[in-house]
Formats: sequence, structure tokens, C-alpha cells
Amino acid sequence: MDAPLVELRNISVSFGGVKAVDDVSVNLYPGEVVGLLGHNGAGKSTLIKILSGAYKRDGGKIFINGEEVQISNPRDAKAYGIETIYQALALADNVDAAANLYLGRELKTRWGTLDDVAMEAETRRVMGRLNPNFTRFKEPAKSLSGGQRQSVAIARAILFNARILIMDEPTAALGPQETRMVADLIHELKRQGIGIFLIDHDIHTVMDLCDRASVMKNGKLVGTVNVKDVTDDDILGMIILGKQPEKAA
Amino acid sequence: MATEQSSKSATAKSEGLIRTFLKATELDVRILGMLGALLLVWCTFDVLSGLIQPNASIFSGLFLTPRNLWTLLVQTSSIAVMATGMVLVIVMRQIDLSVGSMLSMLAVAGAMVQVFMLGPWLGVGHPIIWVAGVATCLVLGTLVGVFNGVLTAYLQIPSFIVTLGGLIAYSGIAFLLASGVTIAPLDQTYDIIGGGVPQSWLGPMWSWVLGLAACALIVFGILSGRKQRRRFSFPLRPVWAEIVLASIGSAAVLLTTYVVNSYPWPFGLIKQYAQDHNVTIPVGDANSDGNAICMAGDQVVRCMDGLVYYTGYAVPVLIALMVGAVMTFVATRTKFGRYIYAIGGNPEAAELAGINTRMVTVKVFALMGFLAGLSAVISSARLDAATNALGQSNELYVIAATVIGGTSLAGGIGTVYGALLGALLMQSIQSGMQLLNLPAAFQNIVVGTVLVMAVFVDQLYRRRVK
Repeated sequence: MDAPLVELRNISVSFGGVKAVDDVSVNLYPGEVVGLLGHNGAGKSTLIKILSGAYKRDGGKIFINGEEVQISNPRDAKAYGIETIYQALALADNVDAAANLYLGRELKTRWGTLDDVAMEAETRRVMGRLNPNFTRFKEPAKSLSGGQRQSVAIARAILFNARILIMDEPTAALGPQETRMVADLIHELKRQGIGIFLIDHDIHTVMDLCDRASVMKNGKLVGTVNVKDVTDDDILGMIILGKQPEKAA
Repeated sequence: MATEQSSKSATAKSEGLIRTFLKATELDVRILGMLGALLLVWCTFDVLSGLIQPNASIFSGLFLTPRNLWTLLVQTSSIAVMATGMVLVIVMRQIDLSVGSMLSMLAVAGAMVQVFMLGPWLGVGHPIIWVAGVATCLVLGTLVGVFNGVLTAYLQIPSFIVTLGGLIAYSGIAFLLASGVTIAPLDQTYDIIGGGVPQSWLGPMWSWVLGLAACALIVFGILSGRKQRRRFSFPLRPVWAEIVLASIGSAAVLLTTYVVNSYPWPFGLIKQYAQDHNVTIPVGDANSDGNAICMAGDQVVRCMDGLVYYTGYAVPVLIALMVGAVMTFVATRTKFGRYIYAIGGNPEAAELAGINTRMVTVKVFALMGFLAGLSAVISSARLDAATNALGQSNELYVIAATVIGGTSLAGGIGTVYGALLGALLMQSIQSGMQLLNLPAAFQNIVVGTVLVMAVFVDQLYRRRVK
């Protein structure tokens, strides 16, 4: 079998003596959605921030397509095609949707200046697909609703042909209709062969969208299961009791 | 009852008109407010300064005269240049308290290069001297800025502390360098940058040429903006709004040009110039109110119709305007500017978006240092001397101008043209009170009060908009 798209091997992170992530290994194949589950403080977000370059790891290795890579800041991660949609919605509040979508990779005119018009045009196209009701292209992100901000954040991540997408509770701020929209989007991205790490509290979302689920508890990996092989109760048992289900993958 | 109602609906209607106007032209209300405040300040000082004249009347005011307005522009330039940089610093949620001391230090260093090092060696007036003087200020300024930026960005010392230390230390260095004495006179070509000598005045013809070129640029900018938006079939501003904007902009430029072109050279300088260049002075009747010079017998006297020269734009004003244009471009049209605003809006998001926030911080401080160097050249050239106290408390005026101009200390919000207007407003208040012969202590009280009031009004406005 091919090497996984991403492999995090024996990752450890400590904050002032507390082991937030303790010797955790997970991997992800192209076109696969892997759910990361666990209580608050289980270490899911910390683990994922290692991959996206926001935190530095104390131990362990990262492999992309079987080759070991060094990721020490967000720019490194982006160079490997890793895009992240953060739980805290990392948007610059004072600039508009287009500026946020292209932050860090602005389109430029042939004079080397910002091509705001082209960026706005592309933003209108992407947002039109993602959230057809969105019309507030000229307003700063601050004045957008939670759902609108979320769609800007998602549009930002998919606009740049990510190979690896990390979604940290992408549906947390969304209503039912927008949640369905995100689900459709995840299916679409899967078809395109993008690998997705999905962090979510909602066990049903994970059961519906993910191929595999890795469960963490107190910084340790409880186990990784094929979602098809287990029931909701099995996963709940892993989350709450840290108990391996009988039919582990 | 009926009249009350009709007047109410009339108010509503006019409010609707204003709103339509603002919406169509996409003008910033706060900038209009500042322009209104500026106009109010000018008119008030004009009337008040008229009333204290011996033969008082509404029209004997001294503020709205070409002489005062021209001087006002020249006096504003040094602070205005630094304020354009301070906008970016504050937008990025940093502060630079050291620009005043930096200005003193750089001006002294630039003056020493001219007076003590190159002057004796190359001979006074050698063209390398002024170039070296300017380069010293600009290069050293940039380096000091980089130093401030590195301490802030890489050693993670808060910029308030870094530059507070700089405020104290750089003024100490300036004192040591100058050994407490005034370094003068500076190179004559260098002095042109200060606007205090006739060679630094553009004269009416070139001032008109520049004014008309600026008008052409305004029209070109509006047209190319429309073309761009049409390319992607975005909503366009109504044509009448574009015409109104172009007219207002051009009118402001032409009016300013007219004013600076109406300010005659001082009497002594015209006389000097005529003698130096063998210009024949016409014969005429003496009139102490005139701006021209005439021969009455063998005496050179003031007269109405005689030999007269007008100043036009002064070099430092042109520098400030150009810096304003370039900095507006940097802030709104470049990646660098976009990153500064993004960092100010959400530093974490900017970092996660892959922006090298530390490098941007260093670059912004370097730019601030460069502009402090430019202001050092302007200030010392205008004075034809440098002292260790040249830039004293300039940092406060620069920050005040920036904040009055609508830049939020919370970061993320601010415009370069706002800061330019803020600098002009503050200088207007100061010069106005000087015209009224109010003591310096009183001026400080008023400037401080205006700063606090301006921020308060701005907060009120923002809360209402929300």
C-alpha cells in the first residue's frame, strides 16, 4: 500500500510539565476523512496545531508522502499544502472577506500592487458556490455573523488547492442548513482526493462524515477505529472510559 | 403643528440627501468631520485675530492670509511626514515614542557630517556635502528603526518600553554628539529642503504645473478605478458622484496652489535678489501696505506696483505631500500594507495565515526610522542648524496628529490622509494661538484638550455606527 499522505508518529507536546499530547501516532490517506475525538483538553487541537505549524513539538516525527518533513511555523505547513480552519476562526476582523480569503497570498497586478478587483471577483465566485446568500463583500469581517465568518474561513481554506485540510470544529457556529453545506463540501473535497482531519465534538457528525476515527483521552491515543465497524456506543466508551472496543481496527 | 411637521419632513429629506451623497461618493464621514473641524478652527482664529487688531473688523483677520497659510503648511511638514509612518506603527498595535529624540540625534549627526567632517575636507559648498548630510539622516534613521523593530519583534520587548528607552537614550546620544551646542551653519543646498530660502520656493509657474498635474492624476485615478470595476462588472459609483469627487479634489488642489502663489517673498529678499541678479527695480510711489519693491529716489521702498516675486509651493511641503501619496499607496495597494492592517486586526490570524509578522514589524519600524530621518533633514534644514533639542516632544505631536486623524490605538484602523489632516489641524491650533499672542503654556493646554476631545468624539461616532 502507498505511504499515507500524512503520518504523525509518536508526537509529544508538553506545556510547563503537563503532557498535552503524549506519544500519539495518527495517519491520513488521500481522499480520506479521519475524525479526531475526545473531551475538551484531550489534546486534539494541540495535536493538530503541531501539523499546522502553530505549536512546536517536543518529540516525534511528521511524514508527508512517506518523507520526513520539518514544520516549525505556519508558513512551512502551507508549503506542504496543509490548510487549517481554526476553531477560533482566525480572521482579521478589520478587513473584508476578499482580503481575508487571500491573506498571505494576495493576487497582484503586473505592477506588483494588490489586485483587489480580481480578488473580489474570485471571492464572489467561491462564496457564491459556498454560501449563495452572502452579499456583504465590502464590509469588515467584524460585522459578519458567525455563520458568514465560518464560510469565509472555509472558503479561504479550499481556495488554495490544499492537499491536506484540517478542520477544527467547522460546524460549531453554524445552523442546520449551513452544517449540511459543510457536509456536502467535505464529500466534494474527498472526491478530489484531499485528506481531511476533522475535529468535532458531535459524534453523529463524525459517524456520518468520517472513514476512520482516532480517539484521544488525557493526551494519549485511546485507539483508531474504522467507523463502519463500530457503533456510537463503542466510540462513546472510548471517549469517556478510554476503553478499546472489541473490534478494533 | 403643520409647519412643525413640514419642517420635520424637510429635515428628514435633507438627511436622506446627505446619506445618498455619502453612500454614492463612498466618502468617509470622519474625514468630512475633520475637514469641518479644520474649517471651523481656521475661521474662528481668523475672526479672533482680526478682533485684536488696532483697527478691528471681521476682515482684518490674520489667519486666512496667504502668508499664514503658507507658513502653516511649511511648519506642518516635519510632523506630517512622521505621522504618515506613525499610522502604520499604531495600526500594527505598536507605538514609537522615540521619533522626537531620534530626530534630534539624526539631525545632529547629519549636521556634524556637513560642518565638521566634509566641510573642512571638501570645502564649503561641495555638492557631496548635502547629499552626505541627507544620506546620513536617512540611513542612520532606517538603522535605528531596524534596531527598535528587532528589539520589539524578535526579543519580544513591548514597543512602548523599547521606544521609551529610545526616547531617553537617543536624546542623550544627541546631547553627547552635539556637546550641547548648536551646529551651524549647514550646507546651502541642504537648506533648500527646509523651505526657508528662496531657492526652495517653486514659484507660481511650476506650482501651477504641479497643481494641474495633480488634478490630472485625480481624474486619471477615478477613471482607471471605474475601468477596473467594469472589467469584472462590479457595481459602479454613479457618474455624478465621480464628477463631484473629481471636482472637489481638483478644486482643493487649485485653491491651495492659488493661495501659495499669492504669498510674496519678504521685502528684504526681493531687494537682495534684485541686487544679486542685476534686476532693474521700477520707479514707483512708496506704500507701506504693498508687497512689491520700487525705487523712490535712491531708496528702495515698499510699493503696490513694482518688482515682486511669489513663493509658490515650498520644497518641504512637496516632500510631505509626496510622502503622503507614497504612504497611502503603501498602506492600501501593497501586500506589505495589507499585512500591517491584518496584523493590527488579529495578530494571531495573521501569523496563522503564514505572514511573517516579525519581519513586517521590523520593516514598519525601519520605515518609521527612515521618515524620522527625513523629518530630521527638513527640520534642521529649515533652521539652518541642528541642536540636541530640535525634535523635543515631537513624538507627542506626531502621535497626537495620528490619533486625531482617526487612527485607533487598539490597532487595525487608520488612514494616512487622516494623519496628514490631524497634523494640519494641530499645527493650525498652535499657530492660531501664537497669532493671538497666547502664552505657550496655554497652547499646550488647548492642544491636549483637543486631543482628548477628538478621540472621544471618534469613539461616540464608532459606537453609533455599530
